[in-house]
Amino acid sequence: MHGFANPTRFLNIARPLTPWLFWTGMLFLLTGGYCGLFLTPPDYLQGESVRILYIHVPAAWLGMGGWTGLAIAALVQIVWRHPLAGVAGRAIAVPGALFTALCLATGSIWGRPTWGTWWEWDGRMTSMLVLLFLYFGYIALARAGAAEGRGLGDQGGVSRVTAIFALVGAVNLPIINRSVVWWNSLHQGPSITMRGSTIESSILWPLGLTVLGFSLWFGAIVLMRMRAILARNKVEARLARMAREGAAG
Amino acid sequence: MNHWPFIIAAYGLTALGTLGLSFASWLSMREAERTAHALRKDR
Repeated sequence: MHGFANPTRFLNIARPLTPWLFWTGMLFLLTGGYCGLFLTPPDYLQGESVRILYIHVPAAWLGMGGWTGLAIAALVQIVWRHPLAGVAGRAIAVPGALFTALCLATGSIWGRPTWGTWWEWDGRMTSMLVLLFLYFGYIALARAGAAEGRGLGDQGGVSRVTAIFALVGAVNLPIINRSVVWWNSLHQGPSITMRGSTIESSILWPLGLTVLGFSLWFGAIVLMRMRAILARNKVEARLARMAREGAAG
Repeated sequence: MNHWPFIIAAYGLTALGTLGLSFASWLSMREAERTAHALRKDR
């Protein structure tokens, strides 16, 4: 892992990888979306609204996966002081928040025709909403740290407090995962587990395409945002050096 | 109840969010890398 600690080495890999991830992700997304909308049958109970599954599940997966990424980046930053870990954390936060918001919005839209209500304060929905607020908190802390220029190292990462916030916030992830088991909920129980799936295979198959597509797209966006942070940081460092040289000369 | 307006709303919102963030991230990256490149050439 420390082999990628060098931003130059990281950029050499990230530059060709970014368009590859983006366009492959888009291809999977469009294929999965088309198949989910037009080729699969409606569910016997939920009817056509089951098609929202193909975007709602990847959004939930990436909202939670995003925070897992933030927590891992925070751990790597605190323990190994990896110079790119904080940059990765900052880059993950916004797409992670977007997918959490999309999970809540598409779930709410799905809930209206299926449950007869847009929202219910049950364990799954409330813990997912808490995750969205955690993302907002992380983004605010990271921006405040960046504006003050404190504790960011030399690459434009996040402060130690922000990294600790990401680690503490990870406590919410198992709560989201187990919420449908621990509490009574309108939300269905776990339908895809390590033991298999309770979803009929004729409906399930495009989900793999959209999950893979959104995941690749997420990777591309994180790389774009990391490249932007590194480039901006390079500009600031160079301008500061030029100012110092101008003052000395 | 017709479910298609709900499906269209969910897919539309997702498309708007993902395409919007794609464009904003790409624009931000392009501007930052262009500025860094221009500054390196000026040195």
